[in-house]
Amino acid sequence: MVKINSKNLNIWFDKIQVLKNINIQIQSNEILSIIGPSNSGKTSFLRSLNRMNELEPTSKIDGLIEFDGTNIKDMNVELLRQKVGMVFALPLPLPLSIFDNVAYGARMHGIKNKQKLQEIVEKALNHAYIWDEVKDRLNESAFKLSGGQQQRLCIARTLAVEPEVILFDEPCSGLDPISTAKVEETMLQLKNDYTIVLVTNNVKQAARVADRTAFFLSGELVELDQTDKIFTAPSDQRTDGYIRGKFG
Amino acid sequence: MIMNSKITQKAAFFFFLLATLLIVIPVGLIVFIIVIKGAPAISWDFLFSMPRDGMRAGGIFPAIIGTICLVVGSIAFALPIGVLAAIYLSEYSRDNLLTRIIKLAIVNLSGVPSVIFGLFGLALFVVFLGFGASILAGSLTLGIMVLPIIIAASRVALESVPMSFREVSLSLGASKWQTIRHIVLPNAIPGIMTGTILEIGRAAGETAPILFTVAAFYLPQLPKSIFDQAMALPYHLYVISTQVPNVDEKIRYGTALVLLALVLSVNLIAIIIRYKLRKNKKW
Repeated sequence: MVKINSKNLNIWFDKIQVLKNINIQIQSNEILSIIGPSNSGKTSFLRSLNRMNELEPTSKIDGLIEFDGTNIKDMNVELLRQKVGMVFALPLPLPLSIFDNVAYGARMHGIKNKQKLQEIVEKALNHAYIWDEVKDRLNESAFKLSGGQQQRLCIARTLAVEPEVILFDEPCSGLDPISTAKVEETMLQLKNDYTIVLVTNNVKQAARVADRTAFFLSGELVELDQTDKIFTAPSDQRTDGYIRGKFG
Repeated sequence: MIMNSKITQKAAFFFFLLATLLIVIPVGLIVFIIVIKGAPAISWDFLFSMPRDGMRAGGIFPAIIGTICLVVGSIAFALPIGVLAAIYLSEYSRDNLLTRIIKLAIVNLSGVPSVIFGLFGLALFVVFLGFGASILAGSLTLGIMVLPIIIAASRVALESVPMSFREVSLSLGASKWQTIRHIVLPNAIPGIMTGTILEIGRAAGETAPILFTVAAFYLPQLPKSIFDQAMALPYHLYVISTQVPNVDEKIRYGTALVLLALVLSVNLIAIIIRYKLRKNKKW
């Protein structure tokens, strides 16, 4: 089933075109990874899926993105962002306690009942595989956690609003290998319940976790195929060059 | 050559030190002289009784109360308006000609001499709106005077909250207002408070804006409502220093000491609050 469908998507920032005619169909419960060198438009594509690009006043967006068949421009933006969660490149805890970080989204959506919040927080932290590490210090500042723990806390925070799609924007770029492995393991577990779009600079990460992989170059989608195929027999020479490390 | 550059360096350091001392010495001397000359006047009676004998004796209680009323009134007016305007300017407004003109106007407003605010207050509040010379008119005039700085300080405070916090909050499906209310504003409060408290000191000390709008020359009773005239410390100091002959020096310096202590203690509170809140800052 197609979860997100982007048709002829073009994006400009300040008259510079960063995405050119992107057509991608994202399937339910898959991990789609997007690889490509910096400035290839990967993150701009990701941020267009939850309408975060609109925060940039100079942005201009043309084309259509459908979420479950509905044009996302016609959706209430808060509802869209509730359904399409996002994990940022750097661990970005809010200046609140661990508990309040995870409960933030639920509170903003009107859940006040303490017991309900407690349940939501515990479930989300469990899903992000960090509950055991933080269960005794929920009232401490989230900034006291290590970088890897902070990033898993951010994943839990995203899960707590019960999204259907999770966008990961280079989630491991600031993490050590052990934390990276934990985050990747988390993503593989989440696949059962969520659709995941993963933007990564780390080609090997895409090979490890993704079902399908898209290769972006200078704002264009060069190739999109099963991850196995992309990494063994890509149809485009540029894809081959990039994954072999000839440029990028 | 090497000796030469060493001597130049020492000379430069000496002048830097001198320049720094030149700032400290006058401040120190002002405080010192006022404390030495004013301290003997300070007594329970001086602080809490009415002036007598054409202000040559008695206390300055009504002036203290008047100044407190004016400060509270002006901040009650300027703080909400200033913070709301700052939120609009830094969070909602787009960068266009109109908002640039507004921002420029605010910056210029903070450079307008205070006596002009006094005249403006006289024309608008006292005469046109018919408040008469009253605490209300004086508070509003002082409020308009401190407004630009409160807006500027609040804007800086709001804009110093990292953009990433806003993005995280929005990405979780919070609305723009929820983001401001729960993330931006709480983290901007230390900066807003510092700016506001410093402006309290200014509102307490200014003479010109209250000259035509509220200050009573001699009024040995406390104001009963916001439509009453009131005495105020800075104007009282001016009056007993220049307009009333034969006022004991002790009383003049005592009044100055009370005003100075009021303003400096407010500034001290600002510094302490800022220090404490910065220590709690979590990013």
